[in-house]
Amino acid sequence: MNIVHGDNRAIASLFSALGRRLLQAALVALLVGTLCFFMTRMLPGDMAYRIAAGRYGYDMVTSAAADAVRHELGLDRPLLSALADWWSKLWHLDLGLSQVTGQPVIHEIAEQLVPTLKLSVLALGLSFLIGPTIGLLAGLRPGGWLDRSTLTLSVLLRALPSFLLGLLLVLIFSVQMGALPAAGHDDHGSIMLPALTLALGLAAVSSRVARDAMVSVRSSAYFAFALTKGLTLQQALLHHGIRNVAVPVISYLGVQLVYLIEGVVLVETIFAWPGIGHALVHAIFGRDVPMIQGTALILGLMFVIFNSLIDVICSLIDPRRRS
Amino acid sequence: MTAYTDSSAPLPSSGRRFSLVSRRGAGIVLLTLIAVFAIFGPWLIAIDPARQELSRFLESPSWAQPLGMDQLGRSMLARLAHATRLSLSMAVLGVLSAAIPGTLIGVAAAWRGGWIERVLTALADAVLALPGLLLVLLLAAFAPGQFWPLYVGISLALWVEYFRVVRAASHILLASPQVEASRLLGFNTIYLLRRHLLPVLLPRIFTLMRFGFAGAVLAMSALGFVGVGLQPPTPELGVMMIELLPYYSEAPWLIGAPVLVLFMTLLGLVLLAREEEAA
Repeated sequence: MNIVHGDNRAIASLFSALGRRLLQAALVALLVGTLCFFMTRMLPGDMAYRIAAGRYGYDMVTSAAADAVRHELGLDRPLLSALADWWSKLWHLDLGLSQVTGQPVIHEIAEQLVPTLKLSVLALGLSFLIGPTIGLLAGLRPGGWLDRSTLTLSVLLRALPSFLLGLLLVLIFSVQMGALPAAGHDDHGSIMLPALTLALGLAAVSSRVARDAMVSVRSSAYFAFALTKGLTLQQALLHHGIRNVAVPVISYLGVQLVYLIEGVVLVETIFAWPGIGHALVHAIFGRDVPMIQGTALILGLMFVIFNSLIDVICSLIDPRRRS
Repeated sequence: MTAYTDSSAPLPSSGRRFSLVSRRGAGIVLLTLIAVFAIFGPWLIAIDPARQELSRFLESPSWAQPLGMDQLGRSMLARLAHATRLSLSMAVLGVLSAAIPGTLIGVAAAWRGGWIERVLTALADAVLALPGLLLVLLLAAFAPGQFWPLYVGISLALWVEYFRVVRAASHILLASPQVEASRLLGFNTIYLLRRHLLPVLLPRIFTLMRFGFAGAVLAMSALGFVGVGLQPPTPELGVMMIELLPYYSEAPWLIGAPVLVLFMTLLGLVLLAREEEAA
């Protein structure tokens, strides 16, 4: 009876957290959409002529064609009603056509989303292999050589922006050793360097979070008792350590998501990885507002969705959050 | 088992405190060096960073030109000093114009409550739901290569943190018995702010400023590096890095210089962290 009651409350609290995330997603769309609307209004030149040129080619632009475009898109209407129209298009997921390629933005993004997701997931996976593992070992012997050397390494890595870290890895692995391809996505293994760049940046922080959590687990009464009752260190870690270390590491991942999303934009651009971040930067080069809006929107939504996933995982591994 | 129990004994606190003091000290020294270079460098060097002598391109360091000449025969030291000044002044400007309104709005929201607070909180949530660099990128798209979109973007992305932290803390403080007593005694708003709110808020604001400063320097150089921030020939750290990258094997010191300045600035800020945030 009690348990059922607790579970219901747990689900209710999880749902209210997810509801907040949903609201956040709507706010992201509103913010990105509004910024992009004003961006189109502020672009130099007559917009109707430019869009007509984008549609029919520069040789075919006549003032009649421009007027047709102006009327169709409501460019001659007052600002507020045009803005409301823009929002309603966004609400119906009508992202428009790319002004550079002429393709629907939503198709372009669908193609770019897969590489970006691949890169982010691999980076997160690698960072979990590197960071918490090192943190756990360092936390077992606070002040030991591993603790001190990884602290130094973590401080140095945190002072190195992701684009410089990427450059450094290219110099080491591609130019000096010739082991991995430096850029592109055709060769096998070209995902390794961008993923490693992001993973090292994430691990620099998560290793310290795991280390501090491990130190507090190590000095806790329940861990001492587990060792006293005769469990080996491995058993005690497995049954009493890992889960307690995992909670702060996963929660902190929420903070690190900012680094991941910002890193995806920079690292994809530097490594020419054909994902959303790369597309966003190139859309800015080309002043392709529909593409800017679409890619920024997807990156913002990815941020919100990853955050909700972390909410769910945290409430799964930490029963205290459920009550 | 015994060995590992021994090694896990807490470190002597004096040793830990000493290492922390020396750590913060190193951070302060690094940042002071960079700040001195930024403030006095352009004035002491007194060479136009845009002056080209194409015959002297990629010249090696000498006594007259300690960092040599870049790919267009411009004085590298002068360019570096101007770039450092640009980055630091942008960061100071961005952080201040985020911290002051953010703090004031935060206190005001907690003080007034009601729909003003709800609207402001919704606005803050919207900004917070977008990673900061994305917001700066979106604004940079308004006018590529110009200073103001970067500045507006950085301030817009940063003010939210101050608002949130200050609002949450002010709520608790304003409801506290000591503030109530002061109010009953008839002290005015300014006194309440100075005596009760600021002493608690300032350390947190300084922590946020440290993070914000690093974020601003980073955002500007990252955007310059990928080509959507300031444009050449502006001496800016990220722009210089991408310009000098093709010459890294002939003249590694050239690209090394802006990288080192950026690295030392960020390292100084990381080292400045207090114990409770040193994780």
